[in-house]
Amino acid sequence: MYQYDQHDQAMVQARVEQFRDQVQRRLDGKMTEDQFKPLRLQNGLYQQLHAYMLRVAVPYGTLSSRQMHALADIADKYDRGYGHFTTRQNIQYNWIKLEETPDLLADLAKVEMHAIQTSGNCIRNISSDQYAGAAADEVVDPRPYAELLRQWSTFHPEFAFLPRKFKIAVIASEQDRAAMRLHDIGINIVKNEAGELGAAFYVGGGMGRTPMIAPCIREFVPLDQLVTYAESVLRVYNRHGRRDNKYKARIKILVHETGAEEFTRQVEEEFAHLLDQGVEPPLAELDRIRSFFQQPEFATGLSEKADRSDPEFALWIDRNCSPHKVPGYVSAAISLKPVGGIPGDASAEQMHLMADIAKEYSFDECRVTHAQNVILPHVEIGKLYEVWQKLEAAGLGTPNLDQVGDIIACPGLDYCSLANARSIPVAQKISERFDETGKGDVLGELKLKISGCINACGHHHAGHIGILGVDRKGTENYQLLLGGSEAEDVSLAKITGPGFDEAGIVNAVETVTDLYLAQRADGERFLDTYRRIGMEPFKEALYG
Amino acid sequence: MKILTGNDLRSGAVLWWTGNGWSIHIGDAADAGDEAETILATESAARRVNDAYAIDAEETPDGPRPAHIKDRVRALGPTVRPDLAVPAAEKVGWDWVI
Amino acid sequence: MADFDPDVTDLGTGRDEVQFRFRDDEQADVAAVTVDSFLDQADADAVRIEPGDDTRDLLPHLGRLRLVEVNFPSYTDGRGYSAARLLREHGYTGELRAVGDVLVDQLAYMRRCGIDSFAPDRWLDEAAAQKALGILPEVYQSAADASTPIWKLRHG
Repeated sequence: MYQYDQHDQAMVQARVEQFRDQVQRRLDGKMTEDQFKPLRLQNGLYQQLHAYMLRVAVPYGTLSSRQMHALADIADKYDRGYGHFTTRQNIQYNWIKLEETPDLLADLAKVEMHAIQTSGNCIRNISSDQYAGAAADEVVDPRPYAELLRQWSTFHPEFAFLPRKFKIAVIASEQDRAAMRLHDIGINIVKNEAGELGAAFYVGGGMGRTPMIAPCIREFVPLDQLVTYAESVLRVYNRHGRRDNKYKARIKILVHETGAEEFTRQVEEEFAHLLDQGVEPPLAELDRIRSFFQQPEFATGLSEKADRSDPEFALWIDRNCSPHKVPGYVSAAISLKPVGGIPGDASAEQMHLMADIAKEYSFDECRVTHAQNVILPHVEIGKLYEVWQKLEAAGLGTPNLDQVGDIIACPGLDYCSLANARSIPVAQKISERFDETGKGDVLGELKLKISGCINACGHHHAGHIGILGVDRKGTENYQLLLGGSEAEDVSLAKITGPGFDEAGIVNAVETVTDLYLAQRADGERFLDTYRRIGMEPFKEALYG
Repeated sequence: MKILTGNDLRSGAVLWWTGNGWSIHIGDAADAGDEAETILATESAARRVNDAYAIDAEETPDGPRPAHIKDRVRALGPTVRPDLAVPAAEKVGWDWVI
Repeated sequence: MADFDPDVTDLGTGRDEVQFRFRDDEQADVAAVTVDSFLDQADADAVRIEPGDDTRDLLPHLGRLRLVEVNFPSYTDGRGYSAARLLREHGYTGELRAVGDVLVDQLAYMRRCGIDSFAPDRWLDEAAAQKALGILPEVYQSAADASTPIWKLRHG
């Protein structure tokens, strides 16, 4: 994986010292909270309901075991012994003290990590496919392109005060495991007919208040123009994105209101101009970055079959392991969704264990997924049983990847100052209900996503089943949505009708899954059945 | 009743106005009455509290209960981590929040 | 900042409330007019760009411009950064002055976008401003200043 050179290290170090100075000025009363707030936000530090929350960037979700150990140490040293993995492949700490933040950031910098641009109206951390470098279906490892863009976007002088936050995802396969088309820019690295690599640009997707699927505005940008094209998109957005209403300020609104065709014309015009401005790093830089993402030295002649005599282990393989490009290996998912647990939370001990396992069994690497799980990208099939036993003993062996219990949930009103309703208790009760009834085992792939407010950090529009918490006259109320997908068959979920209270929403989820079980044709997922039979039967079952 | 709340600048912890200072226990919260705006201005200026604001609360035998669920969650801690709750939670119980 | 030399800075002594100036030429004693007025007046040589103006309208007239003021009514409105860079990219070499809600922590970004004088609404603390101007040890991107991007340092 990527390693900092002295330049990268100097940039991160400078930011730590800058923030140390800013924190001191605030503590000394030389700055008001109004002046300080945007500065702390540019370092990922929020005031949440109970304390400060710090969001640490995990570039394209990739962590070395050393970095995962460091995240665990930070949880112990500066927080209350745990962290929360987010839907943008980052990690958040919930109980941070302002005065300790500079030291925390200094500790992060020692392992080549930071919290730069994890908040604010700027280009945020760039996300990617959690199976990058391992997936059997990828064209190429997408992470070097994400790293190229990470550097380009870091402290970009023109784009620090955009109309609104800006999220980029980079993938390189037909299958979309990173919700690419629900980003401000989604990039798919593709091969053209001549066998050359290039980038397809999808611009103007997003969730939040007005969810939209990004249209493709350019099918092939040559790799030596990638940064320039991204810069062109950002400039058009920075100049013309709406600033009169923060709810209409994301690029999706600009693309929608301008029309994809006219927006594309403007980008192309800017692009033609910027091509002469020397903003593109040479391909040698891309080659340099690529050299850090060489395949590990995989063994050959390995067995491709695991001993499935332990049925619980066999179930875990079937549910949590994904095909690898190299025979004898798989990518294994560590579920951070135990039954009744808090989605995405991991204790310091669990993080240490995941780091140790990554070191011993997965070439020193692990990945954070947008579904708030952790992936061991390269595990020998012959060693899977050992891995599973270790995970299982630490409460990390739940066999539920992409099942109803693998719920995405934002922190909600338990932690977040923006939330209108709690998300986590709903997730807990649903996973417990489906575990108790045993129905969870027969539903197959079912992506359930819960947000505690319209900002949609829990991706509810992209859930096969989505839940949106709202405030109805001072009490928590939950709307049910059906039919969303963040994958290559992307679609936006629709609201079924009136909302439910907490007990009611758990029942409602059971009602719609019961209908699915009664209606499904061979091999159909919940989403397929919904798409075939439509909303009406579900409404009838819910409100009939 | 009107009670005042904000956060501690250094720790971010939730604070409640007691009548002559700030406490992390909502049970210590005092009615600020018509003085709310004055107290907020003075206390914020003196940097004894960050991001402070006044809220409506109901007077109950267990002490003041904020009108809005968000401030009740703030008073006790995350409902999903009772092990991390402020001590007041033991007294009033989690039903108090919802 | 590679091109920042505190010794040539005109610190707080200039006219028209310019607090910092990074130019050797004499400060133009001209009044900036709106973009619309500028386009109407063939002899106007100074203009003030508001966030909603289209900077591209000025591009055919760069030759007669001696001063461009870029207004930042609120520091969170970042349109001025693009305006400044566009002007530099299209060859404008005259004074490019940031006016309005200009704060210490934005100075370095503004310099990188080609702004070379500052007339903040509220005077900035001089020591804090000097420190903030030098805050980026290196830069990852090529922009409208003379800083060498890290990729160029790596590959020559």
